[in-house]
Amino acid sequence: MKKLLLTASLVLAAATPLWAEGTKIGVITTLSGPAGYLGEQIRDGMKLGLEATGVPFELVVEDDGRDPNTGLQIADRMMNEEGIKLLTGIVFSNVAMAVVPEAMDLGALYVSPNAGPSPLAGAKCNANYFVVSWQNDSLHEAAGAAAKGRGYKTAVALAPNYQAGKDAIAGFSREFGGEVSEIYTGVDQSDFASEMAQIRDRAPDVVFQFHPGGQGIAFLKQYQQSGLLGAVPMVVAEPSFDAVILKAVGPAALGVIGTTHWGADFDNEASRQMLAAWSAAYPDKPLTNYGQQGYDTGLLIGSALQQVGGDADVDALRAALKEANFISTRGNFAFGPNQHPVQDWFVTEVVADEAGNPKSVTKGKIREQVGDVYAADCKM
Amino acid sequence: MILLTEQLLNGLQYGVTLFLLAAGLTLIFGIMGVINLAHGAFYMAGAFAASWVAIQTGSFWGGLLAGLLVSGLIGVLVEVGVIRRLYARDHLDQVLATFALILILNQGTVLIFGRQPLFSSMPEIFSGSVEILPGLPYPVYRLFVIVVGLTVAAGLYLLINRTRIGMLVRAGATNREMVRALGVDIRRLYTTVFGLGALLAGLAGVMASPIVSVQVGMGDEIILATFVVVVIGGVGSVKGAFVAGLLLGLADTMLRAFLPSLLAQVMSGPEAQALGTGISSMGIYLMMAIVLLLRPRGLFAAQG
Repeated sequence: MKKLLLTASLVLAAATPLWAEGTKIGVITTLSGPAGYLGEQIRDGMKLGLEATGVPFELVVEDDGRDPNTGLQIADRMMNEEGIKLLTGIVFSNVAMAVVPEAMDLGALYVSPNAGPSPLAGAKCNANYFVVSWQNDSLHEAAGAAAKGRGYKTAVALAPNYQAGKDAIAGFSREFGGEVSEIYTGVDQSDFASEMAQIRDRAPDVVFQFHPGGQGIAFLKQYQQSGLLGAVPMVVAEPSFDAVILKAVGPAALGVIGTTHWGADFDNEASRQMLAAWSAAYPDKPLTNYGQQGYDTGLLIGSALQQVGGDADVDALRAALKEANFISTRGNFAFGPNQHPVQDWFVTEVVADEAGNPKSVTKGKIREQVGDVYAADCKM
Repeated sequence: MILLTEQLLNGLQYGVTLFLLAAGLTLIFGIMGVINLAHGAFYMAGAFAASWVAIQTGSFWGGLLAGLLVSGLIGVLVEVGVIRRLYARDHLDQVLATFALILILNQGTVLIFGRQPLFSSMPEIFSGSVEILPGLPYPVYRLFVIVVGLTVAAGLYLLINRTRIGMLVRAGATNREMVRALGVDIRRLYTTVFGLGALLAGLAGVMASPIVSVQVGMGDEIILATFVVVVIGGVGSVKGAFVAGLLLGLADTMLRAFLPSLLAQVMSGPEAQALGTGISSMGIYLMMAIVLLLRPRGLFAAQG
């Protein structure tokens, strides 16, 4: 187990600090293994977002290794031994499902930069639990709407067999409305040849798949190699075609239809500022949606800390977070009744740039100001 | 019929990949008695070296050569630097040390290449697909992987059964102490076998790199299945690794491909999906349990 301690420096000249030292923020995220770049993006983006707000802060970063038990141990240590009251960072829903209830029991705040599992969005919602990214289903509902909008009637939907995978297929099917045949893959699976054969055999109008990180890279490569790319169109949500995936698969991603809540080509001030800060800080790394979500989460936490004047109590901080008093890089943003986002969704297409490398281009809005279906069950 | 043929080929291809990994692992385990958890790291090293060189030079074949060299070299260094000190220790020490090697090699790779996966493409001549049956196009590259795997299997068979070094390897797998007592330079044999095992794992990594994602930790995903192959095949038996590798590759692919739809005939769709996925991911471990029950030393156990 390695431990990364990342202390951000204060720019004293930029603002007169009202408090002695920065608030400690516990970042539990996935930094090792095949999905390591997801957590790295969230961590790096969050640091930039917090810096942009000018508040002093201290990030205590630890790697959960995508393991719920490890995540839980880290969370307990952070809350009980280090006295951290504000947690964030988790990439994967199965880790969130272990950590978030524990944080709620101990009276801490949790702000999610990525995972938004359905069991925590409805009846089990909590006043101390905020999700900046999305509720898992809604992310894939947009893909369902996009597939429906293109007139497809039958789909094969593939996702790994865990909470976020189930949310993905449920969300896609809900908006797609057509006939969906499901294939669940292994969480560690990297060879999808068997699934490719099944897709060919079922000959659907469209393929929907949810495979974040390295799995998505393997899936897209093999989709092309099996001759399905170009034969059966693919519609996916943003975790399956992030900038790192596009860079790693090259031409195998061309033509993929995606849905997203933010794209690198968004024309707004907050997004432009983020891109400038990112390329200055990490010129060699492409900015993905994970980095963007980390950044937005950093903006939200920073805005709340600014409002309460630093080391305040949990109640004040909760109230400040709830106001969502920040300008999101994605444009419209508000918290719904379950403190999950109400936001817009966009359709994108992966096309070749001048050098022939794939890039994602935003084509237009597909859903406007939507929350999620579980919000109605949430009584706070 | 078409689907069945395609899935059989997929199973075969997964099987030969498992064989390439298991052949080295079973020899290391059988001859030196070392449990090498870090074997997957050689697979990763091969994939990274091959992809990086392929990106720099634009040549898949240059990458292949680099992948083999780097993984073999790391294997030799690891044997001389670490494993050599562990032969006399018990398995717990070996597990601890080789687990540490996984962490060191993984983080070392992060330091050199970062956490972003590498792009790796395949050679132009293998990038298309051929129609092996009417209505069944199959990627040429996967056929190439199968051919390479079978060729290596044949080569290993000749090496082990027809050469002097193979004789020593067989003797070592059967009775280590006796080989040592007969005055064979056992240290050199150990280093050679370990390097060869690492090189084969590296080859598996090179072959897999255009198919899967070349990233840190890629070896950890496949090493568990490799150990299952070693246990089913019988520790120390390359023949066992071959048979068990193909068996497992086929069984795993077939279960994943057909079990959910078979179950769907007797129960409702979503439940059949969930149950089928669950059972098929357990499949290879169930097979291992059954084999251990009937033949506790594996299918082709070396005596000793």
